[in-house]
Amino acid sequence: MTETTEQVRRDATVRVFRGEDRTSGQFVEYTVPVDPGMVVLDVMFRVQQMRAPDLAVRWNCKAGKCGSCSAEINGRPKLMCMTRLSSLPPAEPITVAPMATFPLVRDLVTDVSFNYEKAKTIPAVRLAPPGPDGKRRMFQEEVDRVQEFHKCIECFLCQNVCHVIRDHEENKEAYAGPRFFVKLAALEMHPLDTRDRIEMIRAREGLGYCNITKCCTEVCPESIKITDNAIIPLKERVVSEFYDPLAWVKRRIFGGPDDGAKEPAAVADR
Amino acid sequence: MATTALPAQRRVLRRDLWWLEPLFIVVGLGLFVVYAFVTGVQTSGYHYAPYLSPFASPCISANCETYSFGRALLPAWFPPAFFVVWIPVAFRATCYFLRRSYYRAFFWSPPACAVPDARSGYTGETAFPFILQNVHRYAWYLAALLWVVDLYDALLAFHFPAGFGIGLGSVLMILDVVFLGLYVFSCHSCRYLCGGYLDRFHGKPVWHRMWSAVSRINTRHGVFFWLSLLFVVLTDLYIRLLVAGVITDPRIVFG
Amino acid sequence: MSAAQRAEHDEATYDVIVIGGGGAGLRAAIEATAQGAKTAIVCKSLFGKAHTVMAEGGMAAALRNVWPEDGWDVHFRDTMRGGKLLNNWRMAQIHAQESPDRVLELEEWGAMFDRTPEGLILQRDFGGHRYARLAHVGDRTGLELIRTLQYRAVELGIDVLMECNVQRLLLDDGHVAGAFGYWRQTGRFILLRAKAIVLATGGAGRSWRVTTNSWESTGDGLRLALEAGADLMDMEFVQFHPTGMVWPLSVRGLLVTEGVRGDGGTLKNKNGERFMFNYIPEFFKAETADSEAEADRWYQDKKNNRRTPDLLPRDEVARAINSEVKAGRGTPHGGVWLDIASRRSADYIKRRLPSMYVQFKELADVDITKEAFEIGPTCHYFMGGIRVEADSAATTVRGLFAAGECAAGLHGANRLGGNSLSDLVVFGRRAGLHAAQFAAAQRAPGAVDPSDLDAAAARMLAPLERQDGEDPYAIQSDLQDTMQDLVGLIRTQSELDEALVRVRSYRDRLSRVSARGDAKYNPAWNLSLDLDSMLTVSEVCTRAASMRTESRGGHTRDDFPTADPEWAKVNVVVRRKDGELSLQTEPLPQMPADLKEIATGEGKATAAAAPQTT
Repeated sequence: MTETTEQVRRDATVRVFRGEDRTSGQFVEYTVPVDPGMVVLDVMFRVQQMRAPDLAVRWNCKAGKCGSCSAEINGRPKLMCMTRLSSLPPAEPITVAPMATFPLVRDLVTDVSFNYEKAKTIPAVRLAPPGPDGKRRMFQEEVDRVQEFHKCIECFLCQNVCHVIRDHEENKEAYAGPRFFVKLAALEMHPLDTRDRIEMIRAREGLGYCNITKCCTEVCPESIKITDNAIIPLKERVVSEFYDPLAWVKRRIFGGPDDGAKEPAAVADR
Repeated sequence: MATTALPAQRRVLRRDLWWLEPLFIVVGLGLFVVYAFVTGVQTSGYHYAPYLSPFASPCISANCETYSFGRALLPAWFPPAFFVVWIPVAFRATCYFLRRSYYRAFFWSPPACAVPDARSGYTGETAFPFILQNVHRYAWYLAALLWVVDLYDALLAFHFPAGFGIGLGSVLMILDVVFLGLYVFSCHSCRYLCGGYLDRFHGKPVWHRMWSAVSRINTRHGVFFWLSLLFVVLTDLYIRLLVAGVITDPRIVFG
Repeated sequence: MSAAQRAEHDEATYDVIVIGGGGAGLRAAIEATAQGAKTAIVCKSLFGKAHTVMAEGGMAAALRNVWPEDGWDVHFRDTMRGGKLLNNWRMAQIHAQESPDRVLELEEWGAMFDRTPEGLILQRDFGGHRYARLAHVGDRTGLELIRTLQYRAVELGIDVLMECNVQRLLLDDGHVAGAFGYWRQTGRFILLRAKAIVLATGGAGRSWRVTTNSWESTGDGLRLALEAGADLMDMEFVQFHPTGMVWPLSVRGLLVTEGVRGDGGTLKNKNGERFMFNYIPEFFKAETADSEAEADRWYQDKKNNRRTPDLLPRDEVARAINSEVKAGRGTPHGGVWLDIASRRSADYIKRRLPSMYVQFKELADVDITKEAFEIGPTCHYFMGGIRVEADSAATTVRGLFAAGECAAGLHGANRLGGNSLSDLVVFGRRAGLHAAQFAAAQRAPGAVDPSDLDAAAARMLAPLERQDGEDPYAIQSDLQDTMQDLVGLIRTQSELDEALVRVRSYRDRLSRVSARGDAKYNPAWNLSLDLDSMLTVSEVCTRAASMRTESRGGHTRDDFPTADPEWAKVNVVVRRKDGELSLQTEPLPQMPADLKEIATGEGKATAAAAPQTT
C-alpha cells in the first residue's frame, strides 16, 4: 500500500459548469475539503452535500464500468470516477464541464440520445447455425480481437471528442461515430456472423468522414485501440470492396473477400 | 438530434501544452522537406563506393554515378532520385500515421483533441482530394518493392573493392533499411493484407501468425515512421560528407 | 400546485411494462416482445448502465464443456447447499436446468465468452460450485450480458424509457393497471398504463455505507410491490461479499471479483497464514480440503482433491474475514490480504482479471501482479425480495411479476457467486413470458383512479414545495451509518432494536425533507424520493433480522450463533395490512423426495444427468 505517494491535499477548488444552456450558463467555483485517494466524482458529491444540493451529475457505478459520469476535466474528456485528484495539478482549480458535443440538459448532464439513435441503425448479429450438438465453435485466437471491442462501456467520450461531430453539427446525420465503428468492427470481424455491412459502413454510417486523428483512442477509458484496431481495418475492408480493382478481380476469380460470401445487410432489416 | 450552439465550449479549456505535438510535427516534417529538396536537386555527391544514398536508389539514369541494376535504364537528364521519389512520397503521404499527424498539425482538423477545428466545413475523406487516401494499399505494394531494392543496396554496402567489410556507412545503411522495413511492414494496409481481412483465424495458423506479427509492430508504426525518416537523412548526409571529404569512413575490410 | 396541474403528464399505453433495465428486465422485455406483447422498458439510468454491468466473475450453467461430470443436478445441489436449504426448491431446479440454454442463447445474440481449446465456452471455478461452471468474459461478464441483451432489445425495436423513475404502481380492483413516475431529465410526470408489469429493479445495497451497489440500488421495486399488496420474503438475508476494496476510503466497498480466488488467489491474515483452513464448517467438511497441499492440487485435479476453503460460499468467507480482523490479525486498514501475485504469473493475471488489474492500479496505486492487496466484506446482494411463484415469476398481485435480484426464493439464505447472472436470464425470460401471456388474456389495461395520481403527484412534489426542511443527503448518510453499524454482517438484538428506532426517526425526518431547486435533473429531489424506498427496505430488513433468532447463511446473529432446525422450515414473509407492515413465518414448500436426496446427499457428486429443459 502506498498511500504516501498521494499528494497531501486538504481541500480542492473546482470550477463547475452550471446552467441549463450553454450561453447563459457559467463556471461556478466551489472549495470543499477532500481526503486522500479521492476522485473528481467524490468532489462533486462533496459539493452536492455541502454547497449545491441540486448540482446535476450523472453517475452510476463509480467504478469505471458503466460509463455514465463522462465530463471534460481541465478540458480533457474523462470519466469523473476514474480521475484521481492526485493526477491533476494541485495548485490550480479543477475545471469540470459537460461533454461539448451533446445538447445540455443541466450542469454536467447532457442529452446523449444521439448515440442511442445511431445504435438503432446497425444491423444486428446473425450467426451461422450451431453444430449438431447445439453448440457453436469459436476459438480464442479469433475471439480475442472482438473481445477488445466488447470492452466498450458506452461512456460516449469518443463520440464527444470526435471533431467530425463536435465541431461540425451538420455531420451528425451522416456519421455514426467511433463508438459505432467499434460496434460495427465487432460485428464485421465476428467469426460466425453471416452479414456484410461494408456498403452501409461506407455510405450510411459515414466511415469516410473519419480522418483518423485518433482522439477517440486517446480518450477511451477502456484503452480500446479504436483507430488502429477498429476504424482502420474497416477502412481497409471498404477499400477492398470499393477502391481496389485487384481485390475485385480476385473476388471474381476466387469468390468472396473472406471465407464465404456474406449476405449484404440493409438498415431496414435490423 | 437538435443541438444548441456551444459558445462556452468553443473556448479551449485544456491547460496542458497541447500545441507542443503539432509544433513538433510541423518543425520535424518541415526540416525533412527542406533537406529532401536540397539533396534531391543535387546531381552528384550521393555515391561513395560502396555506399549509395537511399535518396538516389534505385540509381538507373544514364548519368548516375553507379547503377543499381548494372546498367542505365533511363536517359541522362533524369536526376537519380527523381524517377522513384513519388513512391515514398505517395506511401508516406497516405500513411495512416502521417495522415493523423498532418491533419492535426497542418490542417488543424483538429489541432489537438478537444481543441476546435480551424475551419467550419468538413468532409473528411469522403470527397476529393482526401478520398484519394484510399490508394494507400497500392503505394504500399510499390514501397515494399522499393524496400527490396534498398535492401539490395544495403547489402552491397558490405562489398568493398578488397572484399567483404564493415564500415560506418554499411552500418548506417543497414539500420536505415531495417527501420524502413519496420515502417513498411508495420503499415496498416499490410496488416490487413497479412490476414486482417479474415474473420476466422481458426485453421489458418500461418495467416494468424503473420497477422499477429504485423499487429505487434503496427502499434509502433509512428515511431518507425520517424526513425526511418531520420535514418534516410543521416545516411544521405553521411555519404555526402564522405564525398565532400569532410569526414572519413571508419571501416574494417576482411579482404 | 392544483390537481389540474398535477394531471398534466405524459401518457403511454403498453401490454407489458418492465421496470428495470438490468439483465432481468431486458430479458423479460425481450421475451414479452417475442410473445407479441407491446412492451416498454422503464429504467432509472441510461440504457445499458444498470447495475448488471458491475457483475464480474461469470454466469453459472452446467454446460459441461470443462467438466463432463457436471450436470443440472450437481448445480441444483450446490445452489441448495449454498442457500442452506432455505431456497425455493422448484426455482433452484428450474434455474439449474434452464441456465445452459440461456447462456447459449446469449451467444446466439452476439455474446463472446472466453473459449476452451476445443472452441467451446470456457468455464471457471467459483465459490460453492463443485465444478468449474461459470461462463465468463475475463472479469467483465456482466457488461457482456447487458450489452448483448441491450442490442437484442434494440434489434427487436423495444421502447426504452430512459432516466424515468417509477414512484407508484396503480391498481384497478386489486390487479395491476399501470405505473406513475417522472422523467429525471425534465421532472415531468408520466403515466404508463399496462395490462401487466414486470418488476426487475434489483437490490437495495445503497442503504449501507460500504457496498458494491450503485446509487440505483435503493430497493424501489421492493417498496412498489409492498405498497401494491405483494409479499416480500427472506428480507433478513443480505449477502456481504467477502472481497471488497478497503482502501482508499473513496473506493471502500468496491467489488473485487471472486474470480481472483477462482483463478488461484488466496486469503491471508497479517501473519501470512491462510486462515480459511481454520473456518471450515461441519456442513462443508466432507467436500473441502484440509491442507494447503490438497487445496493447491484441486485447481488442476478436481476428481482426487477437495475444494480449497478460499472458495467456500460467500457467507462463510465473509464471517471468517470478520473474525480475523476482530482478533487483531487484520491489515493496516482493517481487512485481510488477498494474494494472487505470488501464485500466478503477471501475464495470467492480466489476461484473466484485466479490470481488477486496472481498478487497483488506477484507484489504489496497487499492482496486483506484484503484491497482495487488502480486501474486506462489503454489502453486495439481497437474497430476499418479492415473493414469486416459481414457474411463472408471478407475485401475489394479479398482473404483477418480478425477476432478478428483487425477487426472492432461488438463493435461499445465501447466493452462490455466478448464480445471479444466470438467475437474471432464466427468470427474466419466465417473467416476460408469463406477463405477456397474462396481458394477452386481458382486453384492456385496468382503469386508473385520478385521485391515485393526485396523491402520488402531491407526495412527489412535497420536497420541492417545502422550504428549509431536512437535508436528504444528511438523512441518507445517517441511514448508511446505521445500517452499516447495526444491521451489518453480524447482528444482535439490542443493535437491531436501536436500528429500528433510528430508521423510524429518519422516516420522520423524511416527512420534513426539502430539496432546493426545481424538478429538472435535481439529484437532491431524486434522492428525497429514493429515500422512501431505502427506508422501507431498511425497516423490513431490520425487523426480519430481529425475528429470525438463529444464524444461517447471510444472516448471522451474535446472540443466536448457531442454526436452529426449526427455522430451517420457514421463511419470514412481510406484507402490508391496513397501512402497517406485518411479519410472519410461513412454511417452506415441500421438496419432492428425489430432489431432497440430491440436495442433501453426502459429498459425492451424483451421476450427471443430461441437462434437460422443462
